[in-house]
Amino acid sequence: MASHAIAGHDDGHAHTHHTTTGLDHRKIAIWAFIGSECMLFASLISTYLIYKGKSLVGPYPHTEYTDAAGKVFPAILDIPVTSASTFVLLMSSLAMVLALQAVQLKGTPLPANAGWWTRAQRSSQLWLFTTALLGATFLGFQAYEFTAFVREGLTIKTNLFGSTFFTLTGFHGAHVTVGVLWLFSLLWIDRTRGLGPKDELVVDIAALYWHFVDVVWIVIFTLIYLIQ
Amino acid sequence: MAHDPKSPAHAHPTGATYLKVAVILTVITIVEVWAYYIPALVASPLFNPSLILMSAAKFAIVVLFYMHLKYDHKLFKALFTGPLIIAGATILALLFLFAKISL
Repeated sequence: MASHAIAGHDDGHAHTHHTTTGLDHRKIAIWAFIGSECMLFASLISTYLIYKGKSLVGPYPHTEYTDAAGKVFPAILDIPVTSASTFVLLMSSLAMVLALQAVQLKGTPLPANAGWWTRAQRSSQLWLFTTALLGATFLGFQAYEFTAFVREGLTIKTNLFGSTFFTLTGFHGAHVTVGVLWLFSLLWIDRTRGLGPKDELVVDIAALYWHFVDVVWIVIFTLIYLIQ
Repeated sequence: MAHDPKSPAHAHPTGATYLKVAVILTVITIVEVWAYYIPALVASPLFNPSLILMSAAKFAIVVLFYMHLKYDHKLFKALFTGPLIIAGATILALLFLFAKISL
C-alpha cells in the first residue's frame, strides 16, 4: 500500500529515497507543494470574493443586466453544465484511486471465483485512461463555458467579475491540463513497460496532485457557482 | 520516525469504500444543486452556511479517503493542514479587511 513506499521501506524491489524522517522525500515534497498550492488558490479565491458584486457593468454571474442601449444580458453562469462537469471531476477522483489500487495489487493472484469487477479493479491502464479521459472531458466543459461567456459578452476585460472569474478558473484549468498530461504519461509508461508495486509512489504522487485539483474545484463550485 | 506499514493505522480502504465515498460525494453535490433551484432556500440566511458546510464535508472526505490523509503519517497531515489553516485565515482576514464580512 502507499504507506510502504511512503515509509521508504526496502521491500526488495522499490527504489526508495530516505530522509532523516524515515519518509520518502518525494512524498514530503508533493505534500509541501500541495500546501503551497493552497496558498495560491486562497489568494485567487480571496480576490474573487473581495471583488464579488463590485462590477460596474454586466454580464453578472447570477442576475440579469441591461446596458445603456437596452440590451439585456441574462445571468451568465450555466449551473446545469457546471454541475455536470463537477460530477465528471468527482468521478475522475474515484477512477484515480482505483488506478492506484490496481498498481498496488498488480502481481497478486486473482481469486478463482473473481467476477468482472474484481478483474476490472486490477487494470491500471483502464483506470488511468478513465481518469485522463474524465479530466479531458472536464477541460472540454471549461472550454465550452469560456467560449459561451465570450460569445455572450463576458471577457477577462469586461468587468471585475470577468477578470477574477477567468483568472481563478483559468488557473484551475491549467492545473487540470498539467494533471491530464501527467496521467497520459503514466498511461504511456504503463503500456510500454508496465506499472507495478515498485512504481506505487510515482502513481501515488500523481494521484495526490489530481485529488488536490478536485478539492480546489469543490471549493470553486460552491463559492462561485452556487453562492449568490 | 519510520513507521510500521503493517500496523492497522495504515490499512487502506478497499474498492468498495472508494465507491461508497463516490456515492456520498455525488449525493452531497446533488443536494447542493437542488438547493440552488429552491428560491425559499436561497432566501434563507442558512443557505450560504449550509453550502459552505457541504462543500467542506466534500473537501474533507476527498482529502481523508482519496488522498489517504486519514491513514498517512502525521508529518503529511501537518504539511497539508498547516498551510490550509493559514490559507483559510488569510481569506477570512481579507474578507474582514474589505468589509465583506463583519463581526
